[in-house]
Amino acid sequence: MFRRSWINEPWLLGTAGVAAVLILWSLITAIGAVDKLFLPSPMAVLSAGQQQAQAGLLWKDFTASVGRVFGGFALSAAVALPLGIAMGSNVVVCRLLEPLMGLIRYMPAPAFIPLLIIYFGLGELPKVLLIFIGTVFFNTLMIMDAVKFVPRELVETALTLGGRGLPVLTRVVTPYIAPQVLDAYRINMASAWNLVIVAELVAATEGLGKRISLAQRFLRTDEIFLGLIVIGLIGLAIDLSFRLLMRRTCSWAN
Amino acid sequence: MHLQVSNVCKSFGRGRNAKLVLDHVSFSLDSGDFKALVGSSGSGKSTVMRLIAGLDQPSSGVISMDGQPVDGPGSDRGMVFQKYSLYPWLTAAENVAFGMQLQGRSKQEIRERTAYFLEVVGLADAARRRPRELSGGMQQRVAIARALAAEPKLLLLDEPFGALDIQIRESMQEFLHQLWRQTGLTALLITHDLEEALLLASEVHIMAPSPGRIVRTVNVELDRRDMGHLRVSPSFLELREDLAHSLRGLEPAGVR
Repeated sequence: MFRRSWINEPWLLGTAGVAAVLILWSLITAIGAVDKLFLPSPMAVLSAGQQQAQAGLLWKDFTASVGRVFGGFALSAAVALPLGIAMGSNVVVCRLLEPLMGLIRYMPAPAFIPLLIIYFGLGELPKVLLIFIGTVFFNTLMIMDAVKFVPRELVETALTLGGRGLPVLTRVVTPYIAPQVLDAYRINMASAWNLVIVAELVAATEGLGKRISLAQRFLRTDEIFLGLIVIGLIGLAIDLSFRLLMRRTCSWAN
Repeated sequence: MHLQVSNVCKSFGRGRNAKLVLDHVSFSLDSGDFKALVGSSGSGKSTVMRLIAGLDQPSSGVISMDGQPVDGPGSDRGMVFQKYSLYPWLTAAENVAFGMQLQGRSKQEIRERTAYFLEVVGLADAARRRPRELSGGMQQRVAIARALAAEPKLLLLDEPFGALDIQIRESMQEFLHQLWRQTGLTALLITHDLEEALLLASEVHIMAPSPGRIVRTVNVELDRRDMGHLRVSPSFLELREDLAHSLRGLEPAGVR
């Protein structure tokens, strides 16, 4: 076997990949191969970050964007869970809603922005609703699928033990699908991030997406890079948190 | 307890595509009985069990418990499936407690009965282990303990040892026989294994396929005190061979 121990360290190669890009980026900017306006140096991005942090902008943008994502996604998750379970376990509900959801799901969520602005103005509500609209159908349909794959024996066992209706759903179906639900949330969280940036590009006074569009106006590519990197880091942190939560709560499924 | 299965027919599908899977099946079961249905796949034996459990409805005929027609699943008819029926996120003890919790029993009672039934199936030490940490035989013993803890009047066993290795299967058969003698449970066993049926049941109904029906009923009177010895005793082997012969004769044309 030629497998060396360092190859099996899960973090090592990933970190090396990131480091390689950073080094390449530093080299390219150091030798001046690309115009600074198009590709700012890592140090320039870092100092832009320091400036924004000192001015309190970074924190303000961060909380604005994260708040919208969590608000909209929490709403979506809370609606999708019971709805997905109902569709997965009840044929009538499924036949009633599945075609409708299949249709709306293919309407790109950003296309709802003009309507949302007309209905709700420029405040927080339309942004939260955009994230809700953009993720609730995916969350619901993925949960519905998970419910359909609950082994029949597990449900029937509960029935022969005297279980009925709701207790079977809350005590058999819900725990069984919990890992898939968390996974669906983790995957669809990425769309929520996409949407919050789109919403902020269109109409907002603060937020990471807004900062990027302002930076574009003043040709501040360092600030654009900063925004992109911060968004990426937050996404990664959320993804890892979901994985950690899954490992903690659903150890039986691994 | 008296279970009466009278002239039960079951077909799946409708109109010209309807397929008759059970044709006028009748038998009965009383408290303390251990009876078995034996047949090859397609003989409808599992369908009979699902109908008794109330998980499916007969197309015609009646199934009644103590005079009341069965119209859905209930905790008076416990069921043990072939596999995959323990809740993987619960420990062995939590699985055993599960049915009693659904029934809304008191915490104190649940704790005592859980400990008792784990003891009965010899798994007191495994109480805190999850199903995937248990062997197949242990899992089935937990499933049996869970079914018994819910206090069913009748225990339905659907190929309970079908997924187990032969050695474990034999020890589980002995275990089940001991359990029956100890607790006086009433059980209906479904199996394709003639030996298993003869070792455990006092009455064996042999089922034929296409459409599923009972073709022969045998009263089995055996001295089961030493099962290992019984398995190889000439009279047992003769009985088994006789019935195996008639089972083979039932294969649908072309399979033979």
